[in-house]
Amino acid sequence: MSPIRTEKNLQSITTAHPDGVGGSPLRPDGILKVRGEFAYSSDLWHEDMLWGMALRSPHAHARILSIDTTGALTLPGVHAVMTHEDVPGAKFYGLEIHDQPALAFGKVRFQGEPVAIVAADHPETARRALDRIKVEYEVLPTLTTEEQCLHPETYGYVHEPHEYKADASGNVVHEQKVVSGLGVTDEVRATADVVVTGDYEVGMQDQAFLGPESGLAVPAEDGGIDLFVATQWLHVDREQIAPVLGLPEYKVRLTLAGVGGAFGGREDLSMQIHACLLAQRTGRPVKIVYSREESFFGHVHRHPARLSYEHGATRDGRLVYCEARIVLDGGAYASSSPAVVGNAASLGIGPYEVPNVNMLALALYSNNPSCGAMRGFGAVQACFAYETQMDKLAAALDMDPVELRRLNAVSQGSVMPTGQEIDAPAPVAELLRRVKARPLPPALDLTDLDLRDLPGALSNTSHGEGIVRGVGYAVGIKNVGFSEGFDDYSTARVRLEVIGGEPVAMVHTAMAEVGQGGVTVQGQIVRTELGVERVTIHPADTEVGSAGSTSASRQTYMTGGAVKLAAEAVRNELLALGRRRYGWTWNDLSLVGGKVVSASAGPLVPIADLLGDSAIDVTREHHHRPTVAFDKETGQGSGHVQYCFCAHRAVVDVDVELGLVKVVELAAVQDVGRAINPLSVVGQIQGGATQGLGLAVMEEIVVKDGKVLNPSFTDYLIPTILDTPPQPVEVLELADEHAPYGLRGVGEAPTLSSTPAVVAAIRQATGLALNRVPVRPEHLTGTGG
Amino acid sequence: MEFLRPATWDEALAAKAEHPSALPIAGGTDVMVELNFDRRRPSALLDLNRVGELTKWESGRFEGQEGEVIRLGAAVPYARITRELSAQLPGLALAADTVGSPQIRNRGSVGGNLGAASPAGDAHPALLAAGRDVLVEAQSVRGTRLIPIDAFYVGVKRHSLEADELIRAVRIPVADGPQQFSKIGTRNAMVIAVCAFAVALHPKNGTVGTGIGSAAPTPRRAAEAEEFIAGELAERGLWQSGALIGPAATRRFGELVAAAASPIDDVRGTAAYRRHALAVMARRTLTWTWDAYTHSLRSAA
Repeated sequence: MSPIRTEKNLQSITTAHPDGVGGSPLRPDGILKVRGEFAYSSDLWHEDMLWGMALRSPHAHARILSIDTTGALTLPGVHAVMTHEDVPGAKFYGLEIHDQPALAFGKVRFQGEPVAIVAADHPETARRALDRIKVEYEVLPTLTTEEQCLHPETYGYVHEPHEYKADASGNVVHEQKVVSGLGVTDEVRATADVVVTGDYEVGMQDQAFLGPESGLAVPAEDGGIDLFVATQWLHVDREQIAPVLGLPEYKVRLTLAGVGGAFGGREDLSMQIHACLLAQRTGRPVKIVYSREESFFGHVHRHPARLSYEHGATRDGRLVYCEARIVLDGGAYASSSPAVVGNAASLGIGPYEVPNVNMLALALYSNNPSCGAMRGFGAVQACFAYETQMDKLAAALDMDPVELRRLNAVSQGSVMPTGQEIDAPAPVAELLRRVKARPLPPALDLTDLDLRDLPGALSNTSHGEGIVRGVGYAVGIKNVGFSEGFDDYSTARVRLEVIGGEPVAMVHTAMAEVGQGGVTVQGQIVRTELGVERVTIHPADTEVGSAGSTSASRQTYMTGGAVKLAAEAVRNELLALGRRRYGWTWNDLSLVGGKVVSASAGPLVPIADLLGDSAIDVTREHHHRPTVAFDKETGQGSGHVQYCFCAHRAVVDVDVELGLVKVVELAAVQDVGRAINPLSVVGQIQGGATQGLGLAVMEEIVVKDGKVLNPSFTDYLIPTILDTPPQPVEVLELADEHAPYGLRGVGEAPTLSSTPAVVAAIRQATGLALNRVPVRPEHLTGTGG
Repeated sequence: MEFLRPATWDEALAAKAEHPSALPIAGGTDVMVELNFDRRRPSALLDLNRVGELTKWESGRFEGQEGEVIRLGAAVPYARITRELSAQLPGLALAADTVGSPQIRNRGSVGGNLGAASPAGDAHPALLAAGRDVLVEAQSVRGTRLIPIDAFYVGVKRHSLEADELIRAVRIPVADGPQQFSKIGTRNAMVIAVCAFAVALHPKNGTVGTGIGSAAPTPRRAAEAEEFIAGELAERGLWQSGALIGPAATRRFGELVAAAASPIDDVRGTAAYRRHALAVMARRTLTWTWDAYTHSLRSAA
C-alpha cells in the first residue's frame, strides 16, 4: 500500500530518480528472505570450526561454591572448557555500566546466567560436555518484587554495596526526576476541577526476533580475532569485547553477518565474548548458535513496569498537572536501564502540554531476567499509562477522548516538561483528527460468516455469540537518536569510480542492517546525490568508523545523513574537477542520469568521461546537534535530538463471554518529516504497530520467583497473520529543518500508540478497567490471572 | 541414538519388538520439538515415514462396531482429514483444522497425538465425543489389540500401549449426527489449547458424546453431562420433535461439563478460566449441533 502523502516536503531534492530519495525501490534482501535463501549469521561456516556452547545457571540467585570441569575436559571431541578463571582480560562488560561478568563468579544473579563455556567438534558433544560440568551452588533468596528491591536492608542486594557500579544506590540502577512549573503541590492540586488516578502494569515483552543469537569467531594470524556476528552496533560490541580478551581494539575486527531481526535485543552482547574467548583459547574458528530456548535467556527484554499516574484538569478539559511514578524492573544487570529511565521520565507525560509536572522514574536491580532496549525504549510503558489516563479523564469530564487529547496536544513551539522547546513540526492534534476522520470498517456480517474474521477464528469458539465491538484511540511521543548529551555520530565512506564504462558508487558504513531497510535507503541517497544508477553496498564492518546503533529510530537520520554528506563531498570534488578541466562557470550544476547537467545549459559531460581512471573516495562523519544531560533533580535540559509522533485508532471485536479478542482494524497516522522510502515507511509503521498489538493482547515473558515459565514460541505468543488486521496508514511529511532531507525517525512511534489504542477499544467493548497489559482472557472474564 | 527406518509395517513391528524404547516418529511435529529443546534423548528413533499404509484411510464395517466405520491410518496428516473426511468425521475434521499451522497440519497426525497422549492434543476430545466404540488399533509382533478410546489415556502423557506396540490406525464410527469442536487459545491461530471441547450427537442410539481437552491430566469425557443431556432429549421427546433444548438444560449441560474437568493454573491459563470457558463452549457447541440436527429433521420431513 502506498502512503497518502498529504504534505509536501519543503527541502529541495537535488534530482528526481525513481529509485532515489522518495522512491520505493525493493530491498535487496527481500526476495531472498521470503524464499529462505538469505544467509543469516546462523548459516556461517568455516573449515575446522568448533561449536561453542554455554552452561547457564538454573538458579535466579545463588552463590557459586565450586566449578569442576574435569568431566567435560576428558570427553573426546572437547577442545576447551573455560570459566571466569580463564578470562584473560577484564572480567566485566556492559553497555553503559560494566557490571556484567563475561562468565559468572562469586554469584549468579539471574536464571540463565553463563557460568562456563565449551568448544567441541560437534554441537551434541558440546551439549554432553555441559552436562559433565559440576557446579556447586548455594541457592540464595531472590529479590524479584519492587518491595524487596527497594528495601535492601531487609531483603539484601543484587550487587553488594562494595561491588555496586551504577550511579544511585541500593538496588536502584538509575533514577530521574522531572519537575516543571510549580511541581505538584496541594496548591496546584486545588486548581484542578477533576482528578483521575490510576495504577498500571506492563508485562515483560520480548523482542522475539526470528534469527537466534549466532556468530563465528575466527582467530587471526596477528593474534587478533575476526568476528562475524548479527548485532546492532559493531563498534560498541568491539569496545566491550576487546578488553575482556585482553586485546587492543584494532585487533578485534567485526563484520556484520545476516541479521534475523533485532528490535533492541541485539544491543547487548550475547555470544560474542564467548565465541572470541574459545577461538582465542583453541586457535580454531568457533561458531555459537543459540537454540530458541537459550535465546530467551541470552538477550535482554523490555522492562516490565509499574506506573502510578495522577492527572488534574479544569472543567473544560485543560490539563493542570500530572504526577507520575514509573518503576522499571531492570533485572540482574544494568544494560541500557539508565537511558530507558531517562526516556520514561522525559517522555512519560506524553505529547501533551501540562503546566505542572512531578515525575519520578527509576529502574531496579533484581534477580529477574535483565531488561534493556526494545523498540520504544521506556516510552512504550509510559504511553500505555498516560493514554489510559486520558481516556479516564475524558470519561470523568464527559468529553470525547480524541477531543480531550487534541485540546491538550503539543505543537511546534510547545515546551516539554524538561524545558526543551519542540522546534520542529509536532502535528499531534492533526494526527488525531485524521485518524478519527477515517471511515470505520464495516460491522461484522453474521449472515455471511467467515470464522477467520471472529475472535478465536478457526478454533471455532463463536458463530457470533458474545461478540461486542469497541473502538479506541491513542497517540504517543518518542525521541529519535541517542539523548542526554550522547554524540552518537555516524560515519560513511562513498567511493565513485568507473567500472565497465559506467560510473559506480560504493557505500561503506558500519551500519547494522537488521531488517529496517537501511541499505536500500543508502542506495537511494547516493542515486539522488550522485545521479548514478549503480550503487554497491560494502559489507558493514569495523574497517570504517562507527555508524552508531541501529536503534532509537536513528539510522536513516544518522547514517543516511552521513551517506548524504559523503556523497555531497564526492559530488563537489567531481564538479571541482570539471571546473578545473573545462573552465565551467555555471552555478547550477547537478548530477543526473550519469551526467553533469547545468540547469541552464543542459547536459555537459558524462560522469564516466569526467572521472576517467580516477576514483573519488570520501569519508564523512555526521553528528546531530548536541543535546545535554537532564538535571538529576529537576530533569531540565534539552536532552532529545528529535521527537516523533504517531496516532492510532483500533477497532476490535471481543467475545465478552470467552474473553477472546480479534483486532479488526488498526489505522495509523504518522508524521515522518520526509518519506525517504514510502514503502518501507508503511512497513515500519505496520510492523511497529503489530508489535504493540502483541503487547496489548498476548506477548509476555511470565516470570515467577525469577524463573521464566515460557521460554519458547509455543508459549511466548506473537501475533500471527490472523491476529494482524488491515492497517491503513496515512503519512504526513512535515519537514524537520534540522534533519537530513527533513526526515524524522519512523520505526518506534507506532509501537507506542498501538498498545493503548487496542486496550482502549477492548475497554469500550467490555466496560472493564484493564490496567495491565497484556490483557488476558482471564482479565476479561473475571477468572483470575 | 539409533535411527531405524523400516520399509514395511512388519519391519516396523519387528524393530519395535527389538527396540522397545525406540520412539516412533512420523510427522515429527511433537518429537522434533522435544529433541530440539533437549527434553528427550531416546535411545532410538523409529521412522515410520516409509510405511505407506499408515497414511491411508478406508471405510467399511468392522467387528465390534456398529454401522460404517472409518479406519484412519495413524499417519494420515491433519490437512487430509479436514479435506477428505469432514463429512464422515466432522468433529475430528474441525479439530484437525485447529492444529498448529498449515505446515504442521501437513505433517502431524492423529497417531502422533495418541502416541504423545498429551492432554492438550486436539484430536482427543473429538475422538472421545465420537463414541465409546472408537477403537485404537494397536499392533505388535504378538498380534492386534483394539483399545477402546476411554481406556487409552491413563495419565499425563501416558497411554495404555505396551512397549512393543505401535499404533496402526484408529477406527472411528462415521458420524450419525452433527458434531462440533471448539478450542481456546490466546491468539487466533497456531496455539496449544488452553482448553478444548467436542460434542457429538448420536441420534441412532440416543446418546450424546463429549470430550474435554487440556483441562485434566488426561483427555476425558464429561460423563455426567452426557447422561444428563441424553436424558433430557429422551424424556422430553426432543429427538423426535426437534424442539429447542432451552436455556436451562443447555446451561446445566455447560455446568456439568465444567464440573467434569480438573484443570490447573499454568502459564497458558487459570483453572477458573478453563472451567468457565468449557461451560461456554459446551453451551455453544451443543446449541450448534442441536440447530443442525433440527434443521436436518425439518429437511427430512
